[in-house]
Amino acid sequence: SLWIRFILIQNRAGKTRLAKWYMQFDDDEKQKLIEEVHAVVTVRDAKHTNFVEFRNFKIIYRRYAGLYFCICVDVTDNNLAYLEGIHNFVEVLNEYFHNVCELDLVFNFYKVYTVVDEMFLAGEIRETSQTKVLKQLLMLQSLE
Amino acid sequence: MPAVSKGDGMRGLAVFISDIRNCKSKEAEIKRINKELANIRSKFKGDKALDGYSKKKYVCKLLFIFLLGHDIDFGHMEAVNLLSSNKYTEKQIGYLFISVLVNSNSDLIRLINNAIKNDLASRNPTFMNLALHCIANVGSREMAEAFASEIPNILVAGDTMDSVKQSAALCLLRLNRTSPDLVPMGEWTARVVHLLNDQHLGVVTAATSLITTLAQKSPDDFKTSVSLAVARLSRIVTSASIDLQDYTYYFVAAPWLSVKLLRLLQCYPPPEDAALRSRLTECLETILNKAQEPPKSKKVQHSNAKNAVLFEAISLIIHHDSEPTLLVRACNQLGQFLQHRETNLRYLALESMCTLASSEFSHEAVKTHMETVISALKTERDVSVRQRAVDLLYAMCDRSNAKQIVAEMLSYLETADYSIREEIVLKVAILAEKYAVDYTWYVDTILNLIRIAGDYVSEEVWYRVIQIVINRDDVQGYAAKTVFEALQAPACHENLVKVGGYILGEFGNLIAGDSRSSPLVQFNLLHSKFHLCSVPTRALLLSAYIKFINLFPEVKATIQDVLRSDSQLRNADVELQQRAVEYLRLSSIASTDILATVLEEMPPFPERESSILAKLKKKKGPGNLPDMDDAKRNVNGSTEHSEKNEGSTYPLTDLLNLNSTPSAGPSLLVDVFSDSSSPASVDVSEENFLRFVCKNNGVIYENQLLQIGLKSEYRQNLGRMYVFYGNKTSTQFLNFSSSHYKMDKAVDPVIEGGAQVQQILNIECVSDFTDAPVLNIQFRYGGALQNIAVKLPVMLNKFFQPTEMTSQDFFQRWKQLGAPQQEVQKIFKAKHPMDTDVIKAKILGFGVALLDGVDPNSENFVGAGVIHTKNSQVGCLLRLEPNAQAQMYRLTLRTSRDSVSQRLCDLLSEQF
Repeated sequence: SLWIRFILIQNRAGKTRLAKWYMQFDDDEKQKLIEEVHAVVTVRDAKHTNFVEFRNFKIIYRRYAGLYFCICVDVTDNNLAYLEGIHNFVEVLNEYFHNVCELDLVFNFYKVYTVVDEMFLAGEIRETSQTKVLKQLLMLQSLE
Repeated sequence: MPAVSKGDGMRGLAVFISDIRNCKSKEAEIKRINKELANIRSKFKGDKALDGYSKKKYVCKLLFIFLLGHDIDFGHMEAVNLLSSNKYTEKQIGYLFISVLVNSNSDLIRLINNAIKNDLASRNPTFMNLALHCIANVGSREMAEAFASEIPNILVAGDTMDSVKQSAALCLLRLNRTSPDLVPMGEWTARVVHLLNDQHLGVVTAATSLITTLAQKSPDDFKTSVSLAVARLSRIVTSASIDLQDYTYYFVAAPWLSVKLLRLLQCYPPPEDAALRSRLTECLETILNKAQEPPKSKKVQHSNAKNAVLFEAISLIIHHDSEPTLLVRACNQLGQFLQHRETNLRYLALESMCTLASSEFSHEAVKTHMETVISALKTERDVSVRQRAVDLLYAMCDRSNAKQIVAEMLSYLETADYSIREEIVLKVAILAEKYAVDYTWYVDTILNLIRIAGDYVSEEVWYRVIQIVINRDDVQGYAAKTVFEALQAPACHENLVKVGGYILGEFGNLIAGDSRSSPLVQFNLLHSKFHLCSVPTRALLLSAYIKFINLFPEVKATIQDVLRSDSQLRNADVELQQRAVEYLRLSSIASTDILATVLEEMPPFPERESSILAKLKKKKGPGNLPDMDDAKRNVNGSTEHSEKNEGSTYPLTDLLNLNSTPSAGPSLLVDVFSDSSSPASVDVSEENFLRFVCKNNGVIYENQLLQIGLKSEYRQNLGRMYVFYGNKTSTQFLNFSSSHYKMDKAVDPVIEGGAQVQQILNIECVSDFTDAPVLNIQFRYGGALQNIAVKLPVMLNKFFQPTEMTSQDFFQRWKQLGAPQQEVQKIFKAKHPMDTDVIKAKILGFGVALLDGVDPNSENFVGAGVIHTKNSQVGCLLRLEPNAQAQMYRLTLRTSRDSVSQRLCDLLSEQF
């Protein structure tokens, strides 16, 4: 079966801005994966594909300014669906944080998790409608 | 729309994050963190009760510190307290902390589950979702036990809010993945299928994922989903883009849902119902048609979303492999993408076309794109795209285009990236063999391979060329002539020397008539390479020399001189020395007749599947994420076997007798909890099972035909077992397979007489267990089918990590574990002499740390360790009290879980 193994947001320097795991790893393994993903993704340029083989899986990634958004999935899974899944997620973040930048993700790390859980759950795509997600986030925001 | 300012709501948190960001050094950061930790600790311990806001803020800071990579060993209780707050923001931070820092502390789990239970029952959709997300994120067995029966009710209840349904569906999916045994099918399954009809597309999206996963496991239970999925898909693809407002993404109607529906349909064969089938075909045609329409937007998002659906539709068409028109249309569409300016599309088209090439309906259509693919090989900048081009050329190769494709691959090999050379070499070797009409072409191709990429030519490849030359007398003269010419090069690859030595040793006589390649010239040519070669190659050359003595008596004296020299007869390498001595002696005392018999030409090899093909398949074998790093690690058999094999690795014996069988590649995870009953009514052998409790290596099974050796290693909750199958007979085992439920076949189907093959099993301990997995082995020996089932020695204690502790700690823990069900004790008679060193070795082998000076009675043994399972860790203490007079032992086990205490006691008490 196919599902997302993890989602990572990293900057060029390799600092993790979000790590969401959908499979059990111990802490050392997580650190190793984070470093490996950074190493394989940052050497690629615009002429390369947005897909890269990774161990027995593949990483679908997209770069926005200094941030890499990476999703690790099974090799037979649909590349373009995840590539646009990333973009859909980024558009929601952009709307929610009003022109999102890296610092928003740092200072509001606990809110980013909420956004992720609205859109991806258990390694699956949960909700794809930006309108619905933002409406829900706005509602939650009003509960503060 | 909402816009969030920096850390709004929690000023203290924002200040702290800023401070950390301003730290100039790692030391400064650690200092600042320690200061904060001290502050938080004092707040938590202080007399003043903290309000919810402060608690939330401090827990959030702890979380931030943890995410920076520091350990957090307190605050869990405060986080759990937040769960019962009735403020959303406080609850959210509590749940987030729990989800990120999963802790198996049993007291807390009970409290957490209690809070989740309350939230699930709250009828407040926001709280229900937080609780469901927590279960979906943690997915532990404890949670599955507590909630797996409740969630289906939430999912199918009529009054559940849509967003809660979405979360419930995926929550159930997660529990099904981690603890399938706890998520039994029931009445709800039929109702889940009907969620495909739900008005809310978000619910349909989540439900489709759940149904797909369940359908993969039990397709029959979800057959009705096919018609509903087709209906839904049909409504989406024929909708105008404004119909599905919220779910239209850059003018594409519900792309992700379409992809998921198409995935679900790939769990099933084409629908048998004609109407349904034609409706599905219409959908697929519509998707293919849309690809030809002018784009509704120039944005890449539009084309990506549209093509995501298109590629998934093509996957379904290939999966069905039944509609020639659709297959050919798919191929034409992909053909257009091959020249697209987007690298992503070219890559995906090459990848997808690879599978189309294997369908009889579209193979010819794929072949028409050969020139484009060849040019991709030469011009693509991204190595992974070139790799796909190689794959596709390989897949589209047949007799009609083999010569061209092989030539292109060979020329690409000259400049190919090192990372993919070995694979290209294998592919070229396979194609050359498979499509050779004229074997001179085959010989030329392999020698070219060695010339261009000798370092990447594995043993399998050059063994194979020798087998083929030996089996085909029409090519032997040509092969001898060609290797002779190739060897003229001043620097030639050692693999060429091997092939050359072997072939001239067998067939040098076929070219000896020409004075330019007279026996002496041949010998001198070979011997000129001798000193630059490694020991195995020299050994092979010595064998070639003795064969020369038989073929060409006129060079006997010359060769004997060489064999007699000190550098041979007194060679430091025992194999070379032995060969020199034996060959010299043989050539001196044996009569011509005896020599001719002993050194007769090699008999033809039995026809069989190319071992190279097996190797390529292995390279592509499945695997699992955590093990990839070690996949290339090659262990040369257990000690008792490798001794037997030594010395026979030189290719004078049957070349296919690959004693150094390459690792069989990582096989799928063996889930120790999967159904381990053996399918056939074969008695499961477990006679040696208990001998492996305290050791990891040895022979687990042996009968007159087969010996099975094991070598295993464990780390935390993961293990790897190398299984060695040794054929004790002189006859082949055919159709050999060995498997455990859920595990792919990963062994060569043929084991030669006297040979050994290796299989690797990866093991994961999900939670504590009693039953061991069973390995089912089948093979044919002399026509009779043999069935063997062996209980693999995977026991709970294999997942021990030893723990050192002081006497004080030990007794403190011992007291804590004093509840009656936590302790299991057994008094039993000694079966073996009561030798202290042996007992110590067994306890250590059991996996715990042996604690010296802890027990006041020095005769007693105490040990401590932690059992690691995927879901939890269980601390274990043990004490063994021998009574030498009575020849009895008393064994006491204390762990936090009664089932663990019991199992460990049962296992260990059998050992003394």
